[in-house]
Amino acid sequence: MVAQTLSEKILSRAAGRPVRAGELAICTPDLAMGTDGSIPMALNYLESMRSGAAPRSPGRMVFALDHYGAASGPKAQALQARARDYAARHGIRVYDEGEGIGHQLILESGAARPGLLMVGADSHSTSYGAAGAFGTGIGSSDLAGVLLCGQVWLKVPETLRVVLTGRLRGAASAKDVALLLARRLGADGAAYRALEFTGPGVAGLDMDDRIVLSNMSVELGAKAGIFPADAVTEAWLRERTGARLDPVSSDPGAGCAGAVDLDLDAVVPQMALPHRVDQVVDADAAPFRKVDLVYLGTCTGGRVKDYREALEVLEQGGIAPGVRVVVTPASATVRAELEQSGMLGALAALGAEIRPPGCGACCGTCGGIPEDGATVVSTANRNFKGRMGNATASIYLASARTCAAAAVRGWIGRQA
Amino acid sequence: MNILPMDGRARLLGDDVNTDYIISSRRKADSIDPAVLREHLLEDLDPEFAASVRPGDILVAGDNFGCGSAMEVAVTVVLGAGIRAVVARSFSRTYLRNAMNNGLLPVIADTSGVREGDALTLALDAGGRLLLDNHRDAPMECAPIAPFMLEVLDRGGLVPYLRAHGGFQVRP
Repeated sequence: MVAQTLSEKILSRAAGRPVRAGELAICTPDLAMGTDGSIPMALNYLESMRSGAAPRSPGRMVFALDHYGAASGPKAQALQARARDYAARHGIRVYDEGEGIGHQLILESGAARPGLLMVGADSHSTSYGAAGAFGTGIGSSDLAGVLLCGQVWLKVPETLRVVLTGRLRGAASAKDVALLLARRLGADGAAYRALEFTGPGVAGLDMDDRIVLSNMSVELGAKAGIFPADAVTEAWLRERTGARLDPVSSDPGAGCAGAVDLDLDAVVPQMALPHRVDQVVDADAAPFRKVDLVYLGTCTGGRVKDYREALEVLEQGGIAPGVRVVVTPASATVRAELEQSGMLGALAALGAEIRPPGCGACCGTCGGIPEDGATVVSTANRNFKGRMGNATASIYLASARTCAAAAVRGWIGRQA
Repeated sequence: MNILPMDGRARLLGDDVNTDYIISSRRKADSIDPAVLREHLLEDLDPEFAASVRPGDILVAGDNFGCGSAMEVAVTVVLGAGIRAVVARSFSRTYLRNAMNNGLLPVIADTSGVREGDALTLALDAGGRLLLDNHRDAPMECAPIAPFMLEVLDRGGLVPYLRAHGGFQVRP
């Protein structure tokens, strides 16, 4: 038996035959998701493939209406209605507008589990790797293909190991690790490859940390970013699902394309400068800049832990005059937890604007577009020019703590 | 109909051409019709580019072509302009997927020897190797394209492929 990587094992099972890195495989995903951003085009493709086609495996599909909201206008709402209608006719599970971001909802539901193949017509589908699944982004045409025949073509990726040692200290967080990886590897440093997070440092990362790292793997060009399932994964999943857990891991001696060592002890807060996610510096060394908007949310940085860490900092000094702080929880569950714990009230009392759960202002589709020339410091994953809907805005990416510190001071970087 | 061999005029682009440069988000808000969007192809890089494209042109780029958003319209707009192939040193994986699925031939090759306006030929040799010929230097071997993908491309993309077969023809 040839030693296999975690990715090769998952894709072999999904392909029904042993596959190796570099091969093309026709795979049957355990779950496929689409969003209101990708479903309408997929339904157009599906109509061209076979008019009136019903989904092959509706139970393996999830539609998440997370990219648009009331602020997006009637055109977007018509697209949502079309997705909702198709789902209702064919028994597809819908996470409706206001429930939150699809990736977060799927993770919360326990549907992302070790060994599963999960595809999503949204690039941040790599998030499912946190739970030990092979999660990867596909296009609308692929989603149409999955609807039609339940299958998708995938090239089996080589594996790049990220070997973590030590543990995070001080103000450092998983977001800083993700930005540091982007800094070291570049925006295409893991292109076509699967990242596999391994090493003794993994045990010290909770599920929220792992979700951030799997989520941001795509910003390095990776096809997936997978954590092998361990006691942390199992305990987290046991609270969410009664489904049988079938952990898989790489075989000893399985071939990999390379390895990156990262010492968590040495990680300090990082910041990505506009307009590249891999243009990263130590947060302290960023050029001085006054801040207009601090954005706390998204599938990268909108979980309870993020708000707890942000609040600890915000309560030290309050929000500086002239700075807007926008809070968009990743899901209604996150919002409810914030409410019950009093954190939501505390954030509001400090002057933060609380918005409905969803993708929010991250990709400029749901209102909250920054003003002309605004400087934004965000817990999001992308800072391309125009990402939040205004090409004159400058977006800086950082952890929740670093974003909160920017809100307290009213500026980032090193004062001259 | 076979996508290869293919002849076309080289149109040179640089590294890291992201999908927002290929077609600006502000244009996508109005229409996603390739016949409309083609007039704005690559306008943020070169406002004159779209008007200078001739059907059959081949885009030739550096590293990481199509990075950024996975929006499939960044592929359909290129096809809408009559371009049938993109040759790049590397692609973002989502662009590569979307290109394959829509019948736009994505070729991975060392593009350093190609000049603007070169007459290019992409063809398979007797041994099945994919070659890029600029009719000046020795033909350059490109990264192979899996037989299954060539079949999808020959069909014109995933839609006609699945319309014809109703599913994937499983073949190793």
